[in-house]
Amino acid sequence: MKTRITEILGIEYPILQGGMAWVAEHNLAAAVSEAGGLGIIGAGGAPAEFVREQIQKVKEVTDKPFGVNIMLMNPEADAIAQVVVDEGVKVVTTGAGNPSKYMEMWKAAGVKVIPVVASVAMAKLMQRGGADAVVAEGMESGGHIGSITTMALVPQIADAVEIPVVAAGGIADGRGFAAAFMLGAEAVQIGTRFVVATESIVHEKYKAMLIKSKDIDSAVTGMTTGHPVRSIRNKMTKEYLKLEKEGADFMELEKLTLGSLRKAVMEGDVVNGTVMAGQIAGLVKKEQPCREIIAEIMEQGLALLNKTF
Amino acid sequence: MLERVKEIIEEQLNIEGVEITEETRFKEDLDADSLDLFELVDAFQDEYGVEIPAEDLEQITTVGSIIKYLQDKGVEE
Repeated sequence: MKTRITEILGIEYPILQGGMAWVAEHNLAAAVSEAGGLGIIGAGGAPAEFVREQIQKVKEVTDKPFGVNIMLMNPEADAIAQVVVDEGVKVVTTGAGNPSKYMEMWKAAGVKVIPVVASVAMAKLMQRGGADAVVAEGMESGGHIGSITTMALVPQIADAVEIPVVAAGGIADGRGFAAAFMLGAEAVQIGTRFVVATESIVHEKYKAMLIKSKDIDSAVTGMTTGHPVRSIRNKMTKEYLKLEKEGADFMELEKLTLGSLRKAVMEGDVVNGTVMAGQIAGLVKKEQPCREIIAEIMEQGLALLNKTF
Repeated sequence: MLERVKEIIEEQLNIEGVEITEETRFKEDLDADSLDLFELVDAFQDEYGVEIPAEDLEQITTVGSIIKYLQDKGVEE
């Protein structure tokens, strides 16, 4: 399938894997790229040298393009921005801020830049700054979220910019894939379904919790702090929301979530940890290899897009 | 120029009756988040036809700083 995104990125299928902190490490990224999508290493809060190792490990197993997601609030963001250039990474996606100060350096190195945006104005600004595409991410997503749904955000951004749009948030199968294209997207970014991929190193308890979760099982914490996060409801979210309701201050809330994603992903503490997942988790029913996930989405998605009513 | 700038800010942030001076800070005094700042910059570009690259956003923290920014780019009123 050809879209402007597959052409720009040199990939077979217009499916990007979300750059999830801790989850999106080299095994997952390499598997998605090998399967014809775009695997992405999520730099999250990791140090630059760790990101470099991850990149090198992906390069050992695949010649296909892959990307790095840089969370711009990472104190080492400057160094990571340089590492992707040094290592010849082809694609960068950015989150949690404004990547324009790195744009010139990345463009000069031939890196394709795809900022994750949560509003029309931000998308326009990124286009003017030279972005190659944008990821329009709706609040159905897991992890850090904006306030607009994918259904409302994607067409508004698609109308406002000329560069191609990648839809993200709430997409886990061919129906979501086809819907995204109907809304004007030319690719999708998928997170939650890849969290439970066979190649994903996420703790089995984390995977099990996602697989058994239902439609209404996610909660959004941090609304009061201005940094809302979607995760599966557990003891941590309950406590957090209670504290938030009581007007707890930022530091007190921070204490609850410090290192809590790592705790869930690596140690399998799904009670006190943060089990980030999107609203679509209820649709994700089993662990499958990335190749199978992508094949299923493409088959169902294309059948729907070709259907005439 | 302050008057028109104030109007744009009021319209974009949906605020009325809040005192806005050159010293007013967007984040601290007007509760504008990063997405609001993108909206504001977009509106100023449309109004004054001035290119405001995203990397300049860091300089724009107060009402006075956006006025100075626009003046430096040749906007007169």
